[in-house]
Parts: sequence; C-alpha cells; structure tokens
Amino acid sequence: MNLTLKVWRQANEKAKGSFETYQVKDVSPDSSFLEMIDGLNEELIEKNIDPVVFDHDCREGICGMCSMYINGEPHGPEKATTTCQLHMRKFKDGDTITIEPWRAKGFPVVKDLMVDRGAFDRIIQAGGYVSTNTSGNTLDANAIAVKKENADKAFNAATCIGCGACVAACPNASAMLFVSAKVSQLSLLPQGQVEASERVMNMVNQMDIEGFGNCSNVGACSEECPKEISLENIARMNRDYLKASIAVE
Amino acid sequence: MKLDSKIPEGPLEKKWQNHKSNIKLVNPANKRNIDVIVVGTGLAGSSAAASLAEMGYNVKAFCFQDSPRRAHSIAAQGGINAAKNYQNDGDSVYRLFYDTIKGGDYRSREANVYRLAEVSANIIDQAVAQGVPFARDYGGQLDNRSFGGVQVSRTFYAKGQTGQQLLLGAYSALSRQISKGKVKLYNRHEMMDIVKVDGKARGIIAKNLVTGEVERHGAHAVLLCSGGYGNVFFLSTNAMGSNGSAAWRAHRKGALMANPCFTQIHPTCIPVSGEHQSKLTLMSESLRNDGRIWVPKDRKDAEAIREGKLKPTDLPEEKRDYYLERRYPSFGNLVPRDVASRAAKERCDEGFGVNKTGQAVYLDFAAAIERYGKTEANVKGIENPSAAEIKELGTQVVAAKYGNLFEMYEKITDDNPYQTPMMIFPAVHYTMGGLWVDYNLMTSVPGLYALGEANFSDHGANRLGASALMQGLADGYFVAPYTVGDYLADDIRTGAIDTNTPEFEEAEKEVNAKIERLLNNENKIHSVDYFHKRLGKIMWDKCGMARNAQGLKEAMKEISALREEFWANVKVPGSKNEMNPELDKALRVADFMELGELMCKDALEREESAGGHFREEYQTEEGEALRRDEEFAFVSAWEFKGEPKDAQLHKEELIFENVELKTRSYK
Repeated sequence: MNLTLKVWRQANEKAKGSFETYQVKDVSPDSSFLEMIDGLNEELIEKNIDPVVFDHDCREGICGMCSMYINGEPHGPEKATTTCQLHMRKFKDGDTITIEPWRAKGFPVVKDLMVDRGAFDRIIQAGGYVSTNTSGNTLDANAIAVKKENADKAFNAATCIGCGACVAACPNASAMLFVSAKVSQLSLLPQGQVEASERVMNMVNQMDIEGFGNCSNVGACSEECPKEISLENIARMNRDYLKASIAVE
Repeated sequence: MKLDSKIPEGPLEKKWQNHKSNIKLVNPANKRNIDVIVVGTGLAGSSAAASLAEMGYNVKAFCFQDSPRRAHSIAAQGGINAAKNYQNDGDSVYRLFYDTIKGGDYRSREANVYRLAEVSANIIDQAVAQGVPFARDYGGQLDNRSFGGVQVSRTFYAKGQTGQQLLLGAYSALSRQISKGKVKLYNRHEMMDIVKVDGKARGIIAKNLVTGEVERHGAHAVLLCSGGYGNVFFLSTNAMGSNGSAAWRAHRKGALMANPCFTQIHPTCIPVSGEHQSKLTLMSESLRNDGRIWVPKDRKDAEAIREGKLKPTDLPEEKRDYYLERRYPSFGNLVPRDVASRAAKERCDEGFGVNKTGQAVYLDFAAAIERYGKTEANVKGIENPSAAEIKELGTQVVAAKYGNLFEMYEKITDDNPYQTPMMIFPAVHYTMGGLWVDYNLMTSVPGLYALGEANFSDHGANRLGASALMQGLADGYFVAPYTVGDYLADDIRTGAIDTNTPEFEEAEKEVNAKIERLLNNENKIHSVDYFHKRLGKIMWDKCGMARNAQGLKEAMKEISALREEFWANVKVPGSKNEMNPELDKALRVADFMELGELMCKDALEREESAGGHFREEYQTEEGEALRRDEEFAFVSAWEFKGEPKDAQLHKEELIFENVELKTRSYK
C-alpha cells in the first residue's frame, strides 16, 4: 500500500506545531498502524529528518500508552481497538491519513504525537484506591462473597487502560468516563464501600482542578473507548456523587 | 568471590517464619531518615515501593513509561497461582512448591521456591482487599482454572487481563503512597547506572527522558524491579521498551548474572507474519485448557494447507495428529511451556507446519465448542439440539471465557478463531535468568536488590504459567520489605546520601560519555533497529529453542563483531538535550549487544539440557531434554570481567533435601 500521511510535528510543549506531509510506500496490509509509523521513522532517519515521537509500549492493546488521533478519531476508525492493534488492512491503498496528538487542556503536548497524561495519575492519587495496607494479613479472599454480577461489572469498569481516548473524543475534553470507571469498580465491590463517598468527591474535585470539562451526555467517550467502557459508569458516578454531596452537607 | 545464598537454618517449612522473626527491624523514627530507590513499577516495583513507603521509608520510584501503570506486567493474561485449595482438589503449599521445582527442571533453590508457595495465598487475600475484581462463580466465590505442568486448578484470574488487574491493584497502593508524599515518582526516567560508594549501592544515575538531563539520585538501598531481557531477541512478547539495561548496568558494577541462558519460549504466540513486525503477541496459556494442538498426520496434507489448497476444517479427525496428547497422555495439551514449544518446533522442522512459512501449528477450539454446546443444551433443556445450535451455544461459552483473546487474534490475523483453528508458534516470552540474589533478594553488591523477573531466583530452567505474577508480587509485597529492613538497620546513623561525591561524578561522566559516543560516532550508516534485528536473528537461530556448541561459539563471535559495527556505524539522530527515543533505544541495544554474548557463553558452558535450555547434544532417544545432575545441578553466576566472553563463572551448588531429583516426565 502507498499512503500519504499528514503528521502533527511539535518540538515541545511551548513550541508552535504544524502538519508535515510524508509519503510512505509498500506498506504491508498486515502491519499494525504503529509498525507503519516505524517504517516512516526508518525512512526519516535515513533522510536525516528527526523521527516522529509517539507513545507506545506493549503493542497488544493493554498498556494504554499509544494515543494517536487518526482521521479525526482517537485510535482511528476501528471500533474497540487501540492504535497499536489497528491494522493497515483497514485502510485503502492511496489513502491520506491525518495523525494528531490528543488535544485537551489536561493533556499538554510533550513532543509531536506524545502528550502528558499525568493528570490521570493525579486523579487516581486523589482517591482511586482502597486504603488497605499491603501486609497480606487481611481477610481470607473468600470471606466476603461478591455477587457475580457485581464482580463482572466491576471487572468491566476496571478494564479501562487509562489511554485518554475518552477525553480526546469529548467535545468538552471531559474525563468523566475515566474517573467513573475507577469510581464504579470500587463502589461495586464491598471492599470499596467504606471510602465510597470521600473517593468520589476527591476524584471529581481533582478532575476539575486538572482542567477537564464537564459531561454533556454526548457519549463519544464510550463510543471511541478501545475497551468499550460503558456510559452506565458515568450514571453510577453521578448517583454516588449526589449521594455523597447530600451526606456531606 | 564466595557465593553465600544465606538460606536460613531449620526445616523447609519453618525457614521463612524463623528468618522473619529473627530479622533486624528499623524503628519508625529511623525509617523516616532512610531513602530507598525502586527502579521499575511493574508488579514487583509497584508493590515494593508501596510497601516500603507504607512502612515509613522514603521511596523514589522510577519508570521509563509516562505512568507506573504502563509497566509490562499489565500484559500478563492468564492468571496467578496460589495454594488456596479452594477447589478441594488436593492442592497445598507443598504441592505448589513441588510443581514449581519440577516445572523448573530442578534448577532452582528449594528455600526460595518454598517461600514463594507459602506466601502465595496472601497475595490473593491482599489483591481482593485492594478491590482487584477476580472472576467469581455464581455463589460469589473466587473461580479457578488450570495451567500447564500441574494437575490442580489453582490459578486465579480476571478474564484474559489478570496482569492488568493485579498491576492496577499495586498501582493503586503506590498511588496512595504518592498522595501521602511517601513515594516520589520519577516517570519518563530511565536508570543509566548504579553508583557504588565504599562497595555499597548508594544511588543511581538516571536520565530524564523528556529533557534529556542526566540526574544523580542517592539512597541507602536500590531495588531493581526492571523486568526481563527477552527483547535481546528483538522479536518477543515483551513491550517495546522492556530492556535489560538496569540489570546489565548492575552486572557491570559487580552484580553477578545468574543462568542468563534460561529463556522461556512460550508455545502459544501468533506466528511471525513478515519483515515489518515489531513484536509478537501471546495467546494466553489458559487457552490450552480448552484448545487442542495439532498438525496434519500426513506431510502432503500439511503441504496442501500451506499452499492454500486445503482448509484445516476439511481435514477429518483421523488425519490429524494431536501430537501433545499422543506424546504426553497424562498432561496432554497442558504440558509445561518448554515441552510444548519444543514439540511444536519438532513437528515444524519435520515439515508439518501449517502456515506459509511452515512455522505454525493449530490450536483448535472446535471440540471445546461442541462439548460446551452439548452441556449448555442439556442445561437449557433443549432436546436433540442441531449441530448448529450446539455450535452456537458452545461458542457463547468459549466467548465468555476467552472472548478478548479471540478478538485480539482476529484483529492481528484477520482470521476468525471461532470458525477456523488458531495458528500459533513459540516465541520468546520470559527470562528465568537474571541477577543472582541470595535468600534476601540481595545481589552480590551490598544494598542492591533484584526483584521479580529481574532476578533468577524461583523458576529454575523453566517457569510455569501463572507464576510470574505470583513471584513479582511475593517479592514486592512480602519478601523485600522485610529483608531490606535487615540491611538498612545498619544505616540508621548514615544520614542522607550525598550525591556531590567523586563516585557520583564519575558515574555521571561515564553516562554522558556514552551518550556523546552514540551521538557523535564516525559513520552513522544504519538505524538502531537495523542492528537490533541482526542481533535478534543471531540469538534466535543459535541461542533459541535448540542450541549446540558450534552454533553458540559462532554466535559469540558474531555478536562481538556486530557490537563493534554497532558502535562505529549506528545512526542516532537528534541531540541529547531533548526527548530522543532513538537515543534511548540505542542505549538499551548497546547493553543487549553485551548481554546476548553472555547468554550464549552461559548456554555453551551448560553442557546439558534443562527446561528452556535445550542442547541438541544432550537429549534422550525420544528427543526429551537430558539433564546431567551430577555435573550441572548448580546456578551459573557470572562475574563481569571487561568483555562478556571473559566473564568468570561462579557456581552455587543446588542442594535438594526435600524433593528427589528425577527426570521430569509428563507422559
């Protein structure tokens, strides 16, 4: 396959960025999107042009590091797929592909297609955990039965990979899906109940501090989420938040 | 140098308890004056950093990724072992210990493995308390499944994302300590070197990957939780950034490297499809619970399949060779990884491979789909269900168990594994070898520890499935936090480590010089990947699934020559004072170029076959691995002497007091 790539280049957070156009030739349809970019970078190095910087690591759709905005969609056109698992057979020979970084106030650009998602870590630090010591001297794991339905729902919420596609997809750059996935996971399990009120208040508060926007029920976050995290989590978080607000006052 | 494994006295089942009771403690006020560096934030690193901070130490945690949650533990799929015996199938601490020793082909230390089995149950308790959503049954109790090399169901899991869930649990514990200010996180930082003062590890030199700045960090102890070195092969199931540099830097500073040739080649990975490929993808071992592995009985059928003239689904049952079930009737498709991988290679070498390159075998779910379908039809009270109905119902069951793996397979290969068998082939997955550590997980450098995949300690010559997560968390949550205290008890009067000393200056200068050398070399002809791929090919061809003396000797020469060529001709673009991933990659590959040669040397010296190390010269008539216990029941611990080929061998004899050394049989 031969393709035209329009790639966002930006030297650092402060620098002004712009699109550069590159041609790539003889791309295997069996290669992944990132392998296609590897090929581009090999060529750029050959021509003494700085290669395109992008985040990536596991390349099997689980670490959440890859993050490209491809033809106007986070992680590109295929549903429920991270960029690293997107394969070139989903494109046509001769296509022009536009590649940008996530664009959100909460995610400043580090370089080219790489952004800083430290805000997500700070939101988890604000309360995305159960305050238990790591001694191992807790209850026996089977001491508290957990309804399978709740365990499954908690698991589904917990499959969030923290990539930030939800923020990139949202017209308000809201982080509600990300935050609600963690809030839901823990509020669905008995172990997370004790701190449920403080958790939701603190995490939502941190989300606001980081400059993420509000939710206006567009639903693009869930639609574009590579792990198909459900909007139900946002509804659950809103309920928990309301409950906690009333309890606090 | 004398190797002292510091195994506590007393009977096996009392060693750890006794040791813990007699270990020195540091009082809470003194812990506040002690700094610990943790390199890597996977299961071992996150759990160690969180636990040490919780105990009161000041922790600095380093990861090269943008967030600690990205570490490659996240990609572990199938599960985590624990001797809980929830299934009432006869499991016990002893049995888990025994299975692990046997699975490792009797090349690991009894005391360490027993401790691992002993603390395994606590890991599950701990994870559940943290809100890790393991799979549960309809009674709300935890569910289990079976993995290779064992005959009980002791594997806890969260669909195909067990590593993710456990890592996020450890990450949440770490995040809690970061919020309290007890852990300072250095993300997008990579360790460049260890700094030794008066023979003790007293800090590291790190590179800020965003600014390129080279930094000094002091501490009273340094824990390397930096994972394995499988990427020396270029193609592996490891993440792109996974590297062996932290361990190799430690080795160069005096830490012994143990059993570097013990590499795990995992049997069920998606086969290589072409030159563009940057990594290989694992299909979880849990699939072998239900998938049956086969190739055609007749070479002609295999040929026809390769040429696309015959479909696997058209081949009748009697023309298929379920070679694992044939060769190993008692364990069948659930033999350990090394055995399954070699058997696949043997069939493919004999011309029975089923993809275009002849380097693939089938993993077939048709029988499982039919079996589950019939059960479901019974449950649902459907009388005389049609074949289509059975298939439909069975597919639903299989999808519920392995759905995400099947989807991943289809995304990568464009084949639907519900309709046609998966094609799989072995790929480099894990390294049992690593830094030599004593019972306390301390390397041969005082104050320098190695945890998780970075050490060699528990898996011998072959790791059993679902045991990596167990070891990483056992080391990080339950072992190192105690044993590190024993060492630090002597440091309560030391005071903060000053980084303005000649030792730190010297180490920093060396790092800067290496960076300059890579950026300003003579020729600048080929990219880093060009060299890395060539190294990988040498390693795979000559130090992969089968090895022999001649090949290994050649490989050592070739790698040495390649290393020279690399330094002269590698082309690293950009400058040092900026984000420069090519430079970071070059630094990692430079270390792989040395490590690879040592792996070959170790493989050459070990004149026996054991676990993942198969020397063609040493095999039984049936082609099984032939161990030579008389001569080789030891750990090879290599001391750095300038060039990898000049490394000096130290032997730690392995003494088996509680299990009898036997030929491993899964027949």
